[in-house]
Amino acid sequence: MSITIKEVEHIAALARLEFSDEEKEKFTHQLNDILQYIEKLNELDTSTVEPLSHVIELSNVFRDDVVKPSISAEEALKNAPAKVDTLFRVPKVIG
Amino acid sequence: MAMNEKYEAVIGLEVHAQLLTNSKAFCGCTTKFGNTPNSNVCPVCLGMPGVLPVLNKNLVEFTLKMGLATHCRIAPKSIFARKNYFYPDLPKGYQISQYEEPICQNGYIDVELKDGSTKRIGITRIHMEEDAGKSIHDMDVDTLVDVNRCGVPLMEIVSEPDMRTSHEAYQYLSAIKQIVTYLGICDGNMEEGSLRCDANVSVRRTGEKQFGTKTEVKNMNSFRNVERALEYEINRQIAVIEDGGSVVQETLLWDADKNVAVSMRSKEEAHDYRYFPEPDLVPVLVDQTWIANVKSALPELPAERRNRFVDTFSLPKYDADILTLEKELADYYEEAAAKLAKKDSESYKSISNWVMTDVLRVVNEEHVKVNDFPISPENLAAMVNLIGEGVISGKIAKEVFEEMLKTKEHPRTIVDQKGLVQVSDAGALEKIIDEVLANNSDQREKYRSGKTQLFGFFVGETMKATKGRANPKIVNDILKRKLGE
Repeated sequence: MSITIKEVEHIAALARLEFSDEEKEKFTHQLNDILQYIEKLNELDTSTVEPLSHVIELSNVFRDDVVKPSISAEEALKNAPAKVDTLFRVPKVIG
Repeated sequence: MAMNEKYEAVIGLEVHAQLLTNSKAFCGCTTKFGNTPNSNVCPVCLGMPGVLPVLNKNLVEFTLKMGLATHCRIAPKSIFARKNYFYPDLPKGYQISQYEEPICQNGYIDVELKDGSTKRIGITRIHMEEDAGKSIHDMDVDTLVDVNRCGVPLMEIVSEPDMRTSHEAYQYLSAIKQIVTYLGICDGNMEEGSLRCDANVSVRRTGEKQFGTKTEVKNMNSFRNVERALEYEINRQIAVIEDGGSVVQETLLWDADKNVAVSMRSKEEAHDYRYFPEPDLVPVLVDQTWIANVKSALPELPAERRNRFVDTFSLPKYDADILTLEKELADYYEEAAAKLAKKDSESYKSISNWVMTDVLRVVNEEHVKVNDFPISPENLAAMVNLIGEGVISGKIAKEVFEEMLKTKEHPRTIVDQKGLVQVSDAGALEKIIDEVLANNSDQREKYRSGKTQLFGFFVGETMKATKGRANPKIVNDILKRKLGE
């Protein structure tokens, strides 16, 4: 399995990142190196092992359906670069 | 051959139901609607770095209820997944959902079709997830975001592509609404977005086994819109194929004002969600004891209640259908029926008529909720009892009903105050009828010479003279006797 520059561009687009051609080239190599390293795991026979979805052997951690105090709208908006009243203001999404 | 016989549609629905929990899915913020924007939030639902979600037990309980009510297999182990995408109303950059191993699988709902037959619609899966916030686009410039809704628990119900007409889809969706409201886990309001529906639609030549290319239709925010949008899309696809073209896989938004489905720009739907197991949440294990507990606590479901109404109250199926459509109305009817003096099929049917016509008329015209209906079930039953006892006639009862709406008084009080008691005194009525006959000697002659359809005229005149209070049965008897003389 190997990664092409096209896939790097796709992943970058999904992450809303832009890279120069050199960077794309570099990341393609780096990602391939990482995958190659991980590939080693395939040498083990895991056909009888159940897939692990979590590293801690825990299950059924719940909270009761009880309302706890929220933070204020002012606090919530403290990091907002732009706002209108108590609403976050972001660049127009749909025309 | 008609177009709709030459082709058949294949429809699958994805329904999102907002669950009526007190707090959000993974934090303690309230789910209350309509508060100041961005005031029902905390570091968890704002997606601040380093916070940990903790699962609301009722999200699991409620979803289990739905799963069991729709005959699903409950997964002994289910896990959460991250669905990754960027949108301003999703602060974390991913939605916590379920992908592989959803909690409920392979269920079904039986829906009734126009011809009275029943069709089984398969349910592929029901899974738990969280809602996103709200974007307000209708500003001149930028988009505004309220994340109060972020993290409100949702249940997604995915059907098999088992529906063949827009009507079947409508019936299926109605059945889902009925079940969630009976279970008390969602208020089922499509207009307010607590129940949402997306549809996958394709068409194929009748008899063909393979599916055609499907489109996804979104933004249908009422039951009527779902039916209309599907009808539109089915016809559009047929027209494309008839023209020798082929259907393009795309997502369409229903525009209810213009009555058309508009294609979303393809760039918007270039989705690649990169699902992976949510590392912040541990698996949910549901054992047989838990399943048995939820099952035993399930309320009576719509189909069972409908059948019981037919059996217990000897109601026609039509009545039972209408009365059990909404849980509140069924409760109302049942409370009223319990207060009837005479527990016979005639009284049950009589109160059914009052509920179906008069109560529902007011509910629909005045937009009141059944639970807030001004006439209590007890008082409605008391009124039907008064008719049964011969104290008032059915006609006078209409007047009493209107008065009860206004004053919320007991019908007996209204009857006494307004002097609406039915005149059943034969002697008194005979005197009045004598006067009526004397004043209308022409008509009386005509009646005698064979114009017997004038009988109604005399009844009407007698009613007029008694301001509608005459006992109709006794009036009939006396009139028959007198006119026959």
